[in-house]
Amino acid sequence: MNSKRQRKLGSKLLFYIPLALTLVFVLVPFLWAISTSLKREGDVLSGTVRYIPSPATFENFIHVWNDNNFSQYFMNSVFVSVLSVVAITVLSVLNGYAMSRFKFKGKGAFMLVLLATQMMPVILFVIPLFLIFKNLGMINTPYALILFYIVLQVPFNTILMRGFISSTPKEIDEAAMVDGAGRFRIIFAIIMPVVLPGIVATSAFAFIGVWNEFLVAFSFITTPDRFTIPIGLKFMVGEFSVQYASLAAGSIIGLIPPVLLFMFIQRYLVEGLGGAVKG
Amino acid sequence: MELSQSTGGKTMTVKSKASRKKTGDRWFPYLLIAPTVLLIAGLLVFPIFRVFDLSVQSYDFTRLQKAGYIGLENFRNIFTQDDMFYSSLWITVKWVLIEVVLQLVFGLVVALLLNQAFKLRGLVRSLVLVPWAVSGVLTTMLWSLMFNQHIGIINDILMKLGVISEPVAWLANIHTVFGSVIVAELWRGIPFFAITLLAALQTIPHEVYESCEVDGAGSVKKLFFITLPFLKESIVFATLLRAIWEFNSIDMIFTMTNGGPMDMTTTLPIYMMKTSILEGNYGYGSAIGVVTFAFLMIFVVLYLRLNRSGGMQDE
Repeated sequence: MNSKRQRKLGSKLLFYIPLALTLVFVLVPFLWAISTSLKREGDVLSGTVRYIPSPATFENFIHVWNDNNFSQYFMNSVFVSVLSVVAITVLSVLNGYAMSRFKFKGKGAFMLVLLATQMMPVILFVIPLFLIFKNLGMINTPYALILFYIVLQVPFNTILMRGFISSTPKEIDEAAMVDGAGRFRIIFAIIMPVVLPGIVATSAFAFIGVWNEFLVAFSFITTPDRFTIPIGLKFMVGEFSVQYASLAAGSIIGLIPPVLLFMFIQRYLVEGLGGAVKG
Repeated sequence: MELSQSTGGKTMTVKSKASRKKTGDRWFPYLLIAPTVLLIAGLLVFPIFRVFDLSVQSYDFTRLQKAGYIGLENFRNIFTQDDMFYSSLWITVKWVLIEVVLQLVFGLVVALLLNQAFKLRGLVRSLVLVPWAVSGVLTTMLWSLMFNQHIGIINDILMKLGVISEPVAWLANIHTVFGSVIVAELWRGIPFFAITLLAALQTIPHEVYESCEVDGAGSVKKLFFITLPFLKESIVFATLLRAIWEFNSIDMIFTMTNGGPMDMTTTLPIYMMKTSILEGNYGYGSAIGVVTFAFLMIFVVLYLRLNRSGGMQDE
């Protein structure tokens, strides 16, 4: 009796202790950034490390937003991300539909190319594209970023989207066709609403990827007025004297959109990946 | 379609309306994938050829008067007199191995934990997996604030615990920098494995466990005889994919350490980036790229091999 209870307690500890450690490992960096962002710049470097900011202040957020141009970076990131994600989503739906509903010559090769693109180092493409975009006068424009982000993100999203569309019955298409609907109508008016959770998940996935992208933006964007948030942050660190509290505040501003989106789609993502892996 | 023709005239007439639709459908899938194919051709395939072309040229922005084709000289230099190449290759290999093994082990543990039923599971899941959404530069920022010699929480805790007697500059010290970057990358890498494996765990039917329990198997047995065999495919895919991504990853290491101190964290992609984008030596950088490309092909071939047998193809 007693040993049984002990064993139960043991297995509970074996579950809750690792879980607690995981939570600490994951959450402490966030909490530390939040704590730092709420301190006065002078208090951060005062010599003693304080865990709770006292007094807590929002002045770093205001400072970084106005004086460090974060409002500009934020708007640039929004512009680039939204345009890219819309295009990525539409293209992935079209590709996913083609892949799940048709057998066609070159389908296998197309899939291979999609997979292969995921394995090349991005820097490999950045070298020649920099020279090409330069000749086209597209360096330092958001459009160079948007074009490249689309082509980088479409392959993986296509693979996910194919999984979602494959899981919808073909009979829907056939029924609609009997009613005289064309293929595009079927895709946009019938399939898309059915796989909406999948679309939300893949576009959020794409958004997170684009929002966080660093290397391409760092290589293609040359003036601060065009910086996206990751580049803005990188250059903030590069400045001679680092304002840690402002840096923390800037990081948190950059974190909010992807983290909120992730919280929202997390469930779909796990389910969707499960579906996509099963094909 | 060839098949329906060979089945004879009778079925042809019955299916004539449907097959007319099918003829229209013959070009339709191509129309759907055309924009993507064009984009990939223009922005990925063509540039790769350009990289190969550049790799046999002397093309250095600082010495443009010497520009021109030089045959395999870049490659000869890489293999015979470039210590930086070998050191960055070695660092890349270490980086990939350590990251992937640790991420897999911890990711599996986290996935198993999050797959249990417990109170507030939804919330805990969101919290534990959220670093997946925080990539590159933002991970750097969060961890730099933690590792910082003056304001960091890590030094403070370790000193209070008596582990160290004076603050360590984790990212500036050649003995600690690699380990520090490894830990930060684990932070955002473990959730990737956890998500992928959690997704796979959810596809295991409950009945399998139940019948196993009837046979009196304990949880350790269940893990090794049901769960792990079931996850095998996902584990292999996630590991290979992650290995490729870790091999290629630049943003975090670069923003965290700039490849330093003393090039202790310069991986091949970072070396490539510094040589080409930052120093303007596009020819030599491209040659390093071609060599890297060759290494990666090993992974790619492996992945595609496994993929072909792994049921990713439909029908």
